[in-house]
Formats: sequence, C-alpha cells, structure tokens
Amino acid sequence: MIIEEIMNRNVHTMYADQTIADALTLLNRQKIRHIPIVNKEEELVGIISDRDVRDASPSTLDLDPDKALLDSPVSSIMEPDVITAHPLDFVEEISAVFYEQRIGCVPIVEKGRVVGIVTESDMLHTLILLTGAHQPSSHIEIQVENVSGKLAEITSIISKRKVNIISVLVYPNNDDKYKNLVFRVQTMNPMGIIQDITDHGHKVLWPNMPGVTE
Amino acid sequence: MTKKQDAVFIYSPELLQYKFHDQHPFNQIRIQLTYELLKELDCLDDEEIVSPRLASDEDIALIHDTAYIEAVKKAGQGELPEHIASNYGLGTEDTPVFSNMHEASALMVGGTLTAVDYVMEGKANHALNLGGGLHHGFRGKASGFCIYNDSSIAIEYMRKKYGARVLYVDTDAHHGDGVQWAFYEDPDVCTLSIHETGRYLFPGTGNITEKGQGKGYGFSFNVPVDAFTEDESWMKVYETAIHEVAEYFKPDVILTQNGADAHYYDPLTHLSVSMESYRFVPKVAHELAHKYCDGRWIAVGGGGYDIWRVVPRAWALIWLEMKQKHVSGNLPKNWLDRWQKQAPLTLSPSWEDPENLYPAIPRKQEITEKNYQTLTKALYQIRSHKNASF
Repeated sequence: MIIEEIMNRNVHTMYADQTIADALTLLNRQKIRHIPIVNKEEELVGIISDRDVRDASPSTLDLDPDKALLDSPVSSIMEPDVITAHPLDFVEEISAVFYEQRIGCVPIVEKGRVVGIVTESDMLHTLILLTGAHQPSSHIEIQVENVSGKLAEITSIISKRKVNIISVLVYPNNDDKYKNLVFRVQTMNPMGIIQDITDHGHKVLWPNMPGVTE
Repeated sequence: MTKKQDAVFIYSPELLQYKFHDQHPFNQIRIQLTYELLKELDCLDDEEIVSPRLASDEDIALIHDTAYIEAVKKAGQGELPEHIASNYGLGTEDTPVFSNMHEASALMVGGTLTAVDYVMEGKANHALNLGGGLHHGFRGKASGFCIYNDSSIAIEYMRKKYGARVLYVDTDAHHGDGVQWAFYEDPDVCTLSIHETGRYLFPGTGNITEKGQGKGYGFSFNVPVDAFTEDESWMKVYETAIHEVAEYFKPDVILTQNGADAHYYDPLTHLSVSMESYRFVPKVAHELAHKYCDGRWIAVGGGGYDIWRVVPRAWALIWLEMKQKHVSGNLPKNWLDRWQKQAPLTLSPSWEDPENLYPAIPRKQEITEKNYQTLTKALYQIRSHKNASF
C-alpha cells in the first residue's frame, strides 16, 4: 500500500508571514493539530503544531497578557526542518518514520509542493484495516514451522472449506524454529478449519485455553 | 374481546424448515426440543400457542434491499449463479443455499412480527418466538447463519406501525452487529449487546467505542466481556447494564435476543456461564418490562450450538419466566428418554448444571476485574449524564 491511497488531500496550509493568532483560529476551527507553512510558490518551508502555538500563547492564568505576542508571524515559531514523504512511499515505511522520529504528522510533498498530509491517526486506522477487524470474521492463530510453504499449506486447508480469508499476518515466534500465522476468516464457525489444521499436524494457538497457550 | 393473555408462544413445525444441512451447527430442532420439554412439563397450553405468519416482501423490505430479497428467492429455487450468490453472502460455509430458503426465512421473520402484534395490540403481555433472533443479517448480505434479520425488521415495524421506542437487548455470545448497524443513527431505538470480545470471536465488532452516530449517538451500548467469563461476572455485567440502560432510555417495549451460546458447553464460543445465567437473564428482562413498558416484552431465540444439553433448558426457562413458573431438579423423564436415543451426547438430567461443570478457570480475578472496567467504560455517558443533572 502506498501513501497516496491513504493521505488526506485537503490540507490546511498557512503563509510564513501570517500571525500566530491566525494559526490558533485555524487549528480550532478545523480541529487539526498541525499546519504546514508554505511560501508564495506554495513550497513547503516549515511546520507548526498545536503545541508550538500553545507554547507561544500567553498563559490562561496571566490576567494581563501581552497580546502582541499573538501578532508575531508563524515563521518565528515554525520548525523549518520538516520530515516529509512522497505519495509513492510505502505506508509500512512511513509508519516506521512516525515511530522512530516520534512525530504526529507527515506532509506529503511532490515537486516541492504540499499535496497531502498523513497523521498518526490515519496511520493507525490503516493498520487496523490491515488486521481486518472491520469485517465480520473469526480470528485463528497458528504456530507453524519456520520453513517455506507453510503459509500456502494453511491457506489451501482454509480454501477447501470455501471460507474467505479477510486478512493474514505473519509474525515471529519466540523460538526461531517457528512462526505464528494470524488469520481473520469470514465464518462464524471456524471449528472445521481448526480440526483440519490440527489434523495436518499444526498447533492452533487460538482458540485455546488460557494459561495453556502461554 | 378475549381476555389478555400473559404470554404467547409462537410455534409451528414449519419453523424447522430453516435448515442448511445436517452437519451445520445452526439447527432449529432446538425449537422442537424446547416445545416438547414444555409440553411434557404441562406448562404450555394449546391456547397459548400461535402459528407464525409468513412475512410479506414489503415487511422484509423494511430492512433488506429488494435486490437481496430477489437473490434469496432465486437461490432457494437453485437459480442463482454461484459467483453472484457469494456477493450476497449466500452459498458460503456459514450460509449455504438450501431449497426454499426465502420461504423458510420469511416464516421466521413472520413469527417475530406475529409476536410483536400480539404484544403491541394488547392481546398478550409477552410473546416468545424462538425461531427469531437472527441478528447477523445485514441489509444486503447474509452473514453468520442469518439470512433475514427478523429482529431489525420487527423493530422497524414497531417504529412505523406503533411509533414505539424500542430497547433491544442482545445476550448472545456474538455481537448483535446486524441490529446495531441498522439503527446506528436512530435515537428511538436503543441497542445493548453483551458478548464475548470480538478480538478473537466472530464478528469482531461490538467494541465499547461503538456508541451510535449522528442523532443516534449514545443509543448503542456494547459490553464485550473476556473469554472464559463465568456466571458471577456475567450476571453482574448484564444486570447492571440492562438496569441503567433501561432507566436512561425509558423504552415503550423491550425486545430481547436470547442466544444461548455463552454456556460453557457451547462449541463455538469461549465463555463459561452455566444454566444459572439462563435463569437470570429472562428474570431481569421480565422485571424491567413491567417497570418501564407496562409488561410489553418480546423475546426471540438466536445462537446456541449445544442443541441437546444447553438450548432446550435455557429456552424453556424464558417461557417459564414469562409464565412465572419455577422449576428445579430433574427434567421430565419422558422427554429425556425420548431424545436421548437421538442425542450424540448424554443429556443433562436436571435444570441446574453440576457444581463441577468445568475445571477452575485460571486468572478468574483478572477477568472479573477487566469486565468490570469494560462495563464502567460502556456506561460512562449514562452515569456522567445522570450526575450532571442532579
């Protein structure tokens, strides 16, 4: 999956010479947390977050605040060094960028211009879709040997039962000799599949008793 | 005018025609087993039995797309190509095509509508249609053994014909997704579903965060309990949730879906409740129907896949609650003798489950505590709303 499939194309940007007060209004009205800052050529020159704006705003406890601060240009508080991505970047890679850089959003830039934005919650939503919990289905978790062909073996068992697979995840087992496969299958009755998988000599981790699987 | 009855029991042997095939876990012989158990107890009089009517296409279209209804009709005549059927969720492992499936499904829907009319026209306080409760059916798609969603249709029918505000309470071990989504934006229908968490179990939805949308926000409640939840915790969650939701919503009528698949014996789910819970569920619903709805209570069946040991007892207890009859001890010997010959398992001999029904559940304390937290989160809005208004 690539970024342009999940990015939000309706981006609210500001010019560097607009004021912090303008930024506050935009953040509140659009209920957003980040504003990319652009120049007259619509090229990205910086970014501000709701936290930057809050830091620059007078304290609500200050009874006689200096309102002049709010008239400063956003360029005075923006971060000029922006982490960006391209519409053709892979979602999985950009999710790692979010994690490593500990950031809340990534502007998507093509030929210098901002064409979209992806936030942390967009990313999370996409990952939820990838795990398939959005369609009626049952969850089955299987431990298989870490050798080639095991995934194919399991999927062919499932397909013989004419059950549609909604999603598949493969993740490492604590023991290198094995891998865990997680399926969401479109059936309310996974018992037949579980029986078939067990009959083929695989270990079904879920459904199972608690304590036994750990 | 004839005297108002306490309760009516919707039944006809034709309800058993909703049948996929012999190996399918959803088997309506459950209704016959329950019927005969009640007959044997001498607790079900002939004048209390009402035949289901056949739902019209117009009734079914209150919820379902006409294209879907046509597809079901064609499938039942063997005229629907496989690739088109699968778009409608038909011809799958869960909902295989069977002969005259439209007619069989329409009769189940009609049974729930008959139950509704008896209660809403004041001919009976309560009505029970064990053939209904097919809560996974969607507007244009069959899912999880369900073709037409009788409960959704009945709720829309009560909205349109009687202008009633309906509280739907679903205690099936699976989330009542079809009904929830049908009324997700409707503030006059409140849905409460208590089920095993969808993290692993079908259908996967039913999270506490699903609370309704638009005008319907705050009228969908979900309490997903952990796998291996036992009676004590399950009943506590159910009792608290249904009491607080009923008090908040103040319904005109209560429709309960009584899936009996949360029992320890049930092969499809992973909860550990016993017959004690199935005695408790209709008792509380009954009390609340009298407290808020002048007695108006319609109960339908639902899931339940240990059709021999669990479902007949659990479902008989709904009727016995409606009739205010108490039973305990041994089941009627005639019934046991007759059905033991067919049952692949040893039938449970008494109304109560044995003390040692299952081995002790590890992590019981943690499960109970987690369920309690889930309940608190699920009811958060009601409680904060209540505190604010005092």
